[in-house]
Amino acid sequence: MTALSRRNVLAGGGALVVGFSLARGAAAQHESKSALPVDLAKSPMLDSWIRIDADGKVTVFTGKAELGQGLRTALIQVAADELAVGPESIELVTADTARTPDEGVTAGSHSMQDSGTAILNAASNVRALLAEAAAWRFAMAVEQVEMHDGAAHSLNGQSATYGELAAMLDLHVEAKPNMPRRARSTVIGQDLPRVDIPAKVSGGQTYVQDMRLPGMLHARVVRGPSDGTRLKDQNLDEIAKMPGVVRVVHEAGFLAVVAQKEWHAVKALQRMQSAGWVRPGEPLPTTDIRDTIRKLPAEDVPIFNYPGPPAPTDGKVVKARYSRPCLMHGSIGPSCAVAQWDNDSVTVWTHSQGVGPLRKSLSELLRLPLEKVRCIHVEGSGCYGHNAADDVAGDAALAARAVPGRPVRLQWMREQEHGWEPLGPAMTVELQATLGGDGKVAGWRHDVWSNEHNSRPQTGGGLLAGMELGFPHQKVRPIPMPEGGGARNGNPIYALPNASGVFHFVEQAPVRVSALRGLGAQMNVFSIESFMDELAHAAGADPVAFRLAHLQDDRARETIQTVVDEFGWAKRPKGGGGHGTGFAFARYKNLAAYCAIALEIDVDRESGVISVERVVVAVDSGEAVNPNGIRNQIEGGIVQSLSWTVNEAVGFDSQHRTSFDWSAYPILRFPQAPKKIEVHVIDRPRQPFLGTGEASQGPASAALGNAVADAVGIRVRDMPITPDRLKTALANRAGS
Amino acid sequence: MISLTVNGKQHEVDADLDTPLLYVLRNDLELNGAKFGCGLGQCGSCTVLVDDKPVFSCLMPLAALGNRKVRTIEGLGTADKPGPVPAAFETEQAAQCGYCIAGMIMRAQALLERNNRPTEAELRAHMAPNLCRCGTHMRILAAVRRAAVAMGGGVQQQAEAKP
Amino acid sequence: MADVGNCAGCHTAAGGRAFAGGRPLPTPFGTIHATNITPDAETGIGTWSREAFVRAMREGIARNGMHLYPAFPYDHFTNASDHDLEALYAFLMTRMPVQARASANDLKWPLDFRPLIAGWNFLYLKKGPMADQPGQTAEWNRGRNLVEGLAHCSDCHSPRNEWGAEKHGQAYDGAWIEGWYAPPLNAHSPAVQPWTADELFSYLRTGLSARHAAAAGPMASVTQSLAKAPDADVRAMAVYVASLMADAPSAHGNRPPIDHQELADKAHPAAAALFAGACAVCHDSGAPMMQQGRPPLSWGTALHVDTPNDTLQVIMHGLRPPAGRSGPVMPPFADTFSDFQLADIAAYLRARYTQQPPWPDVLKAVGELRRGGAP
Repeated sequence: MTALSRRNVLAGGGALVVGFSLARGAAAQHESKSALPVDLAKSPMLDSWIRIDADGKVTVFTGKAELGQGLRTALIQVAADELAVGPESIELVTADTARTPDEGVTAGSHSMQDSGTAILNAASNVRALLAEAAAWRFAMAVEQVEMHDGAAHSLNGQSATYGELAAMLDLHVEAKPNMPRRARSTVIGQDLPRVDIPAKVSGGQTYVQDMRLPGMLHARVVRGPSDGTRLKDQNLDEIAKMPGVVRVVHEAGFLAVVAQKEWHAVKALQRMQSAGWVRPGEPLPTTDIRDTIRKLPAEDVPIFNYPGPPAPTDGKVVKARYSRPCLMHGSIGPSCAVAQWDNDSVTVWTHSQGVGPLRKSLSELLRLPLEKVRCIHVEGSGCYGHNAADDVAGDAALAARAVPGRPVRLQWMREQEHGWEPLGPAMTVELQATLGGDGKVAGWRHDVWSNEHNSRPQTGGGLLAGMELGFPHQKVRPIPMPEGGGARNGNPIYALPNASGVFHFVEQAPVRVSALRGLGAQMNVFSIESFMDELAHAAGADPVAFRLAHLQDDRARETIQTVVDEFGWAKRPKGGGGHGTGFAFARYKNLAAYCAIALEIDVDRESGVISVERVVVAVDSGEAVNPNGIRNQIEGGIVQSLSWTVNEAVGFDSQHRTSFDWSAYPILRFPQAPKKIEVHVIDRPRQPFLGTGEASQGPASAALGNAVADAVGIRVRDMPITPDRLKTALANRAGS
Repeated sequence: MISLTVNGKQHEVDADLDTPLLYVLRNDLELNGAKFGCGLGQCGSCTVLVDDKPVFSCLMPLAALGNRKVRTIEGLGTADKPGPVPAAFETEQAAQCGYCIAGMIMRAQALLERNNRPTEAELRAHMAPNLCRCGTHMRILAAVRRAAVAMGGGVQQQAEAKP
Repeated sequence: MADVGNCAGCHTAAGGRAFAGGRPLPTPFGTIHATNITPDAETGIGTWSREAFVRAMREGIARNGMHLYPAFPYDHFTNASDHDLEALYAFLMTRMPVQARASANDLKWPLDFRPLIAGWNFLYLKKGPMADQPGQTAEWNRGRNLVEGLAHCSDCHSPRNEWGAEKHGQAYDGAWIEGWYAPPLNAHSPAVQPWTADELFSYLRTGLSARHAAAAGPMASVTQSLAKAPDADVRAMAVYVASLMADAPSAHGNRPPIDHQELADKAHPAAAALFAGACAVCHDSGAPMMQQGRPPLSWGTALHVDTPNDTLQVIMHGLRPPAGRSGPVMPPFADTFSDFQLADIAAYLRARYTQQPPWPDVLKAVGELRRGGAP
């Protein structure tokens, strides 16, 4: 970049700002915009991302949202580090269609990779501009200016605060690519305590559920018990007369009740529910949903093809079939939104992962131009993917339309969240491999069947309320690789010759499904990593050694080796008698974080109950912005995945979902939690950030399945590995 | 008007007698801590203390309170000056989304006030009525163990009866 | 067979290893501790031959010749077939051996003198195995063999005399067991809806009957055990027990749920508010649980028997399936409500959901339960 000499700048005089802009503009013409990180390329103006007030307060904008994954803190750290300001002087504004860059959906573990990288680069740009301004002001070369603690300092003792310098700048300029980073990090890499936790442990107002606006009314949406049902018709006049009821909103198939007090809305809802319900459409299949999906018509979508010579005909062939049922997001706090109409525009406060797409769907639903709809993200409880957050926003907007000028808070009930949230799809994977004479894989085939994992609303009909108002249903298409939906992580990271995989995309969805943390990765990794163990067993090899023999990626190898060392894999106890160990590894999407897990379990053979004694993990997330945050996400992903793998399966009968509350869908509770989890973060300073939030789900499931096989000599391939299933398998083996 | 004492302060609220305490706390008294998680007594997000005992405030009608004293997380300190249990949760960074955490803290507070030397098994059984979906269990347990020490005790590992 | 007999129910201590004993059994005569029946050689039955085992099951005599207390219901197990006892023996001998000695019993003198039991056996033990009854189906006979034998249902459901033996001629007339009232399972059954074989099968297998209520107290343990027993055996038991209740008032037709809400609200206004805020969210007809086919309160037998005890037990202590399993869940209300409130709610439920006269002494029953602790 051309150094601005004192003479150039002084000659420019009053056209300082323009001079800066022009000089930068000219330079920019020589560089391709696509060299910018993707989200920055979409919103290249610096002041879309960073603003500095006269008093030095820094506002950073991100199109992503805090979901409880610690993103707010991590992004503040990135900005603070690169700008050279203290984190406490940064205010982070998250996803708001009126204020922040469009960064799509906060999902797929993309936030650090996309927003983190964009903010890092934008901050590098801004710091450079501040330094140039300081250099001009100090009449020194920019190399003689030091930036730290929110101020510029010259070697000869002059200083200027960012506030003062910012007044000299116009940040409404395009970002330049490849700006150098600060030489030394002081905030990135620290275990900075999360900025949102103090409020969360002291009753602070944090969540959309906590919002209170003047004149706010409370609403409940009224539906049948689950996806595909509806309430029987009833006399709504009676309901309108119930104490505290302000309005009963009834438009086509959409029904809601609005009241002054929340408890009155709940009672009115309960009264309406007593009318009973029906299933107007087709009954649900009575066979297990995963078997139903397996048999429906499918479109074959190739996932990968690794070349190689054909496998020897006398090679040992190993085949296995794995499956998982539908799983629930099961957000602890039922979804909630607040909406307010003012004349012909609406504001919705929402915990949706995608304020942009939601805004588009709402504009269709409400028949408003896009600019009349504003969606502002406010935290909800953990969503783990596409839960009811978008639907409730639609419900709240419709309810609020009936009482214009009044804010309306609409929260779903527990059973509505259980009954209507889009589920994680049921999946089946069939794997077949041939071992050559050298004991290595000589051929490999992966087939996976499921619905696609993405019904996130893009249109009015993508919202439940939209369906009830008669909007056409949204069509679902497979998500292309390298991301993939049902195909995600179906392409093994191992160097396998003569290997291919196909995603059998089943378009027909008997039950409502969408993205659940990891999408297809949890199932594909469970299958591949269970299968690697089965192959290792057939080859007479140690399961870890077998994997390393097929693995060329150095970072993958180092991640695995870390667990081997920390767990003491070489000295692990011999499996049997109910005691066992298991290992698994994956790189999320083969693009994001690397995660290796080893765990040790005890199986009570009388009851089939599994106790997880010890879990040792290694994770490589690239440059670790907040290592404790990484550990938190990895631990959480493991515990959640253990619950999925051992406890969970959504139940159906011919009419509806039978998993209607926590009693009917029991998730892991404290007595079942592992005794110990230790996470080792492999830090890679200055390497790209790698998405981590979903990295541990698949390996945790697989490590558990492998440990069960080691402990009791039974390979369970169909999740959940419930005590009953294990007990039956043990009894069958004993009896045979 | 109904009178109730929350965190040592007396309040008068205009609410129906059958209104669950949770809604009174959140809507009439504008306290954020106790949360609606299920309204069915299955998840514990609404846990508060009533005369030092943990209860599901979603299932406690106002009429049931009588003269009993309610304590919520707001009564355990502030963001700047948290009590030992919230402070321990902060030190351990025991939260992901954090929605369940106020309930967890109140449940733990009840245990440690009654017995600050529980065994690990007693601790887990005591916390069992409270659900966490993010999987923060390990840190929550670590926080309670830390708080137990801060309150003059400590969680014991129970010696198991071995075969 | 072990699941039919629910051996683990008595022979496993809370939090202890399966079948290793140690659980205290309160009786009117003092506390007896169930023994270790794992195949541990020193502290369990590891050295017992099959013959010794069968003698214990049929005659109540231990391997070393010692009399076993009939708290161990050998007076029922005696009815089991040879085949079932053989299977049970094989099962127990292949369990994991656990070294554990049960605590000494705590019985009032002179009952700690075992040879007295010989006299009891002389009066009350009718040694088996039980012969089939002609004119009944094979399924019914199988059910009878199990119910009167290993499942030992009348052990809890029949009143006992001062010697702890089941009263002659009052089989299945109902009795008290460990703080719960086990209702009659004969023509005196107070159930509101018929106990058909299908309903009984569902109840015994899943712990829930959609036309009655959820299993609670000791029956929760029984149904959790029977959940694992062979289908055909549980069905046979259901057929037999249903036949015992063929002449009960409920057998003659289905009745709609009773709901005298207006009356009950007027008679118990305070309780009505408590119910509306604490109970209706699950038990009101519009509640999610009720929309999922759970039974209305008026169909639960507990409200219709002469004692408020079982109703109060469930309200105070709730219901919970084993960890990780799905099943009816009810939170405990012992800390939510005062004694007076609990009594008022119980009275309200009785008034609203039954045609029965009010229970006397409900507050006293609450007090007793408070002192007695958890079921």
